[in-house]
Amino acid sequence: MILVALTALLYAIVGLLLWIAARRKDGTARKAISFTLRDFLHLLPRLIVGVVGAGFLARLLPQEAVLATLGPDSGLRGILTASIAGALTPGGPVVGFALGSAALKSGAGLGQIVAYVTAWSLFALNRTLVWELPFMPAWFVKLRILVALPIPVIVAGLVIAAG
Amino acid sequence: MKDRGGIDWSFWIVAALSLGAAAAVLAREGAEIALEILIKDGLLLVEIIPKVLAGTLIGALVRLLLPKETIAGLLGAGSGWRGLAIATAAGVLIPAGPFTVFPLAAGFLLAGADAGAAAAFIAGWLLLGLNRAIVWEIPFFGVEFVGLRMLASVWAPFAIGHAARVLASRFVPPPPDIPEGAG
Repeated sequence: MILVALTALLYAIVGLLLWIAARRKDGTARKAISFTLRDFLHLLPRLIVGVVGAGFLARLLPQEAVLATLGPDSGLRGILTASIAGALTPGGPVVGFALGSAALKSGAGLGQIVAYVTAWSLFALNRTLVWELPFMPAWFVKLRILVALPIPVIVAGLVIAAG
Repeated sequence: MKDRGGIDWSFWIVAALSLGAAAAVLAREGAEIALEILIKDGLLLVEIIPKVLAGTLIGALVRLLLPKETIAGLLGAGSGWRGLAIATAAGVLIPAGPFTVFPLAAGFLLAGADAGAAAAFIAGWLLLGLNRAIVWEIPFFGVEFVGLRMLASVWAPFAIGHAARVLASRFVPPPPDIPEGAG
């Protein structure tokens, strides 16, 4: 139900923005649609491969190994391992979410997976290399990463404390 | 849009991994289990795809409708916590991928926003981005997990922005690059 409402909300926003764009009568709406098609066609194969692959990977992940390294009882060591794994997971829209949810289904702890997802969000190596460094000055990227280093562990700690 | 040229390694690595996993499941557990997984994943895809389409459409529209200067104007160098809050909120709300966000953040820096605001913007997008959460994360993890993770992360963009602001002077190279061909 919530998901249906969220999708409806998304399309309401789309409708509103399209209406604003169409009112300009300068081709903005048409341009937006052609941008969208290009981006969507770029994303689609990544999406299919990520989602379908995640299901098979979840089946293959050795549950005992996942439990031992990232299980709810793995504590700080599990959180640190998960954080490092997150930073090393390739970017792309679904890879981290797909692997993280697969690990969660295989018995990983909530805090450990929050650490994994947070670290993947903040540091995914290839997103940094492919997207961030080409656009941002190197000193800024270094600074941003340095100040964000402790975040996954703290956020995971908060989640564990709350749950 | 940038990786039209060279080979997109991350895609091919993921593709190889996925295909390998599918083959391994097929070999180890048989066609029935493999088909079952395929159907479950297919249903998940059907659920995600309309959201991705909406997300990309919103991203393209915002990119075209909202001039970069408008955002940059709100994030002056001495913008204090208010600047960090605006930057974080912009990151939370911007429905766009890295190919929009990083150029925009670089634009902020060039337009006089400081490293703190730019870092808070990027962190807000990475950790609390609504579009990303709705389109990608919730389908995999469910609302409860994502809500809890976000709640535990709300403070992070502010902390990252503030720390970046405090430490920035040690990171900026002494003679700033003078942009060429600007005039």
